[in-house]
Amino acid sequence: MAFEPILTRNVGNPDVRTVAGYRRAGGYEALAKGLATEPDELIEQVKLSGLRGRGGAGFPAGVKWGFIPKGNDRPKYLVANADESEPGTFKDRVLMEHDPHQFIEGCALCCWAVQANTCYIYIRGEYVRQAEVLEVAIADAYREGILGDNVLGSGFRLEMQVHRGAGAYICGEETGMLESLEGRRGQPRVKPPFPAVVGAFGCPTVINNVETLCNVPHIVSRGPEWFKQIGTDERNTGPKLYCLSGHVERPGVYETAIGATLDELLERAGGMLGGRELKAFQPGGASAAILPADKRAVPLDFDSLAAEGSMLGSAAVIVMDETTCLVRATRRLAAFFNHESCGQCTPCREGTNWSEMVLDRIEAGEGSAADVELIRRICNNMGGTTLCALADAAVGPLRSLVDTFGDEVEAHLAGGGCPLPERRYFEEAARV
Amino acid sequence: MANGAGPRLGEKARKTLDALRERYPTSEALLLPALHLAQEQWGGWLPDEAIEAVAGELGLAPAKVYGVVTFYDLYHQEPVGRHRIRICTNLSCALRGATEIVETVADELGVEADEVTPDGRCSFTGFECLGACDIAPMAMIDDEYHGPLTPDAVRRLIRGLE
Repeated sequence: MAFEPILTRNVGNPDVRTVAGYRRAGGYEALAKGLATEPDELIEQVKLSGLRGRGGAGFPAGVKWGFIPKGNDRPKYLVANADESEPGTFKDRVLMEHDPHQFIEGCALCCWAVQANTCYIYIRGEYVRQAEVLEVAIADAYREGILGDNVLGSGFRLEMQVHRGAGAYICGEETGMLESLEGRRGQPRVKPPFPAVVGAFGCPTVINNVETLCNVPHIVSRGPEWFKQIGTDERNTGPKLYCLSGHVERPGVYETAIGATLDELLERAGGMLGGRELKAFQPGGASAAILPADKRAVPLDFDSLAAEGSMLGSAAVIVMDETTCLVRATRRLAAFFNHESCGQCTPCREGTNWSEMVLDRIEAGEGSAADVELIRRICNNMGGTTLCALADAAVGPLRSLVDTFGDEVEAHLAGGGCPLPERRYFEEAARV
Repeated sequence: MANGAGPRLGEKARKTLDALRERYPTSEALLLPALHLAQEQWGGWLPDEAIEAVAGELGLAPAKVYGVVTFYDLYHQEPVGRHRIRICTNLSCALRGATEIVETVADELGVEADEVTPDGRCSFTGFECLGACDIAPMAMIDDEYHGPLTPDAVRRLIRGLE
């Protein structure tokens, strides 16, 4: 049965970029309904819905909101995480480009629920056009009384500000983002205290991903019970945007109930590029353990993927066909983590650097059997030993390379280098 | 410091910053926006005088501003071309020919990554994931995303730049 889009229902309808057009499509009714609901009741609804964070960690959104201390002695903030930098991920870009008011409405509902009067949207610096779309939509929302001193006549005050980053993956990490917002290098903070207690500018702060927030208006409109019956089970609920990329015919964002299998997504994306065979895939972005083709029927949800030793992450599904060298692919990801490590913690700064170097020499045919053991040691040294999850992310693909695809590493060591030379896509195409 | 004899941000940038001040509880929080504005004013990069100007405007130590500049990939400490080409080389683009796009751009411009063409027109760099794997392989030219690219398409785009 075809899935009726929820989050992407307005994609392709440019009308919804204005408040008036968004309202014609039913928009901002949820905000009115939410403002008529007690904030605590709203938090309860989001808890009941089972909505888990769509940015990568999968933390229950309502529980996060519930951590914000009550009372108005200090300002509270929402920082919407639009830093979308996990390789393979582009869903938030699509949500912001095509339906900025759905996002603004989700932010406003969260702010009401936790009684925050200020929302910063921290958007990656490269998303220049998307930041412009948001700024235009926010200006329109101020004019229409959606934002400002008196949100929809409720007396609730809400200010919203787009804040552009400047190119650093680590700023997608909650406390790295707060540091960056405050005008510093984006180096993650020691936790605790958690942002819910000491967040932006020393005040209680919720940080939620764009897609997470975009779910909220629908939960408020249609109720947590409706939301809960979408998905695999009560721990994996709601609609999900999957970003399909790599060796597929039609890369793109595909919305379905959370828990789709790779095969189901491939069918919608027109199958494997050029009809080739699937070799492996990363189900949750660069940080996820690479899975072999025989996991293609695993439901892509939080718990099913965790059980496979991988993760849903940002649901960036990177598909690799039979011509892909997984040493080279992992080396590319290792280079990314090496570049993006903020350098604060030694295991990460050193580990990401070493993992790139070791994979380099294996790929070049200069590796030795001891290198496999070295990779395992690097993984053990990095996992769980640092201030933030970047080192754990770097371990994800690295460990799966030696554990799941060890024979491919062996082939490099035995054969004096890579048995699968890098493909020349455009030269191949020119020859046909 | 802001009224001293040192280099200053232009009037337009200062007005933009003034409007932003009431949006943030600290002036330090204006640093990233201020650096974006300064980089625009100084032709796409941040020479020492731009760093001094931003430091003066926000009442921060230049060393602190410098530390922030060195952290972020979008701030440049060396001159760049009038047009800046950032080619995504991360996995999803690499799986669809990003290497060939990088080679083509280097060949078309006759320079290596991070060098500026002798006429000052262009510079390029390989970049981490730009969040557009749906149009892989892709590149960001100035503020615009382009993809899916082919070697021919990227040559045409570059030739169309002034």
